[in-house]
Amino acid sequence: MTGRTYPDEPVDSFPDPPLSFTDGEGREIRIERSGIDDFEELVEMYDRFDPADRAQGIPPVKEEAIREWLDELLTEESVNVLAVHDGTPVGHAILVPDREEAFELAVFVLDDYQSAGIGTRLLEALLGYGKEAGIEHVWLTVERWNESAIALYEKLGFETSNAESFELEMAIRLGD
Amino acid sequence: MKVLLGMGGSPDGFDALEETLDRARQAGDDLTVAVLDTSEDYDVDEVEAKVRERLDEAGVETEIHTLSGHPGSQLSQLAEREGFDRIVIGGGQRSPMGKIELGEVAEFVLLNADTTVTLVR
Repeated sequence: MTGRTYPDEPVDSFPDPPLSFTDGEGREIRIERSGIDDFEELVEMYDRFDPADRAQGIPPVKEEAIREWLDELLTEESVNVLAVHDGTPVGHAILVPDREEAFELAVFVLDDYQSAGIGTRLLEALLGYGKEAGIEHVWLTVERWNESAIALYEKLGFETSNAESFELEMAIRLGD
Repeated sequence: MKVLLGMGGSPDGFDALEETLDRARQAGDDLTVAVLDTSEDYDVDEVEAKVRERLDEAGVETEIHTLSGHPGSQLSQLAEREGFDRIVIGGGQRSPMGKIELGEVAEFVLLNADTTVTLVR
C-alpha cells in the first residue's frame, strides 16, 4: 500500500502485560506468546468464531479455508499472542509482515469474550513483543462503523494513516 | 444478457475474466471486456493483448475496449451509453493478513453505476 503516513513520534513502551488477569466478567485469562505450534488450537478457535464477527473476509468460515489461511499467516516472521481461558484459546492477535518491512495487525476475540478487556491486553502484549522484535511500523484496516475497535486502536497510539479507502487505515510507530 | 467486464491488469481481474467466460458459455451472454488503466503497475496494451489471447483461446466472440481517463467513471458511462445489463468487476486484492481490499474502481462503480454490478469472488 502506498501513501500511508505513520505518526512522527514513536509510542512510549507498553506496560509488560501480566501473564494472567481477571477479565471484565470475572474469568481468569492468560496471555501467552503463540505461533505455529498452536496451529491446531487456532484452527479450533476460528472454527468457533461467529461468522457475524468477521471483517473484510477473515477469518474464513470453512475449516479447510481456515487451515489455508493460518498456513499463510503462522510463519517464522509473524508475531502471535493468544488469550487462553480454561486451557482453550479465546482470542488471538497477530502481526504479519508486508512487502515493505512493515507489519499488518489483526485481533480476534470469540463472541462470548468480547467487551471484557481481552482485546486491549492482547494488543498491548502483541505490540510489546513486536517492539522487542525490532518492528518499527505497524498498520491495520478497520471498518469505519466499528467505533469501539477504532477507539481501542487510538487508545494504544494508532493514528489514521489513510482515510480515502473503503476501510479506515491506521498506523503506529513502535520505535526509531 | 449484455455483460460488460471491467478489468485492469491485476490477478482479480483475470479471475473475473475466467468466471465471466464460463458464464458466457453456459448462458450465452453477449460479453464485452473493457480494459482499464488502473495502475502504473500494468501497461494497458499488454493487458489488452493478454486478454485477447485468452479470448481467442476460449473461442468466445468478444469485443474489447480500452478505456482511458477515470476508470470507474468511464466504465459506468460505457455501461449506460450502450445499454449493458450488468457490469462485472474483480473482487479486490488481499492484504498480507488476507483481508479483502476493494480498490478505487470497485468502490466507484459500486456506488455510482446505474447498472447492476457483479463482484467476482
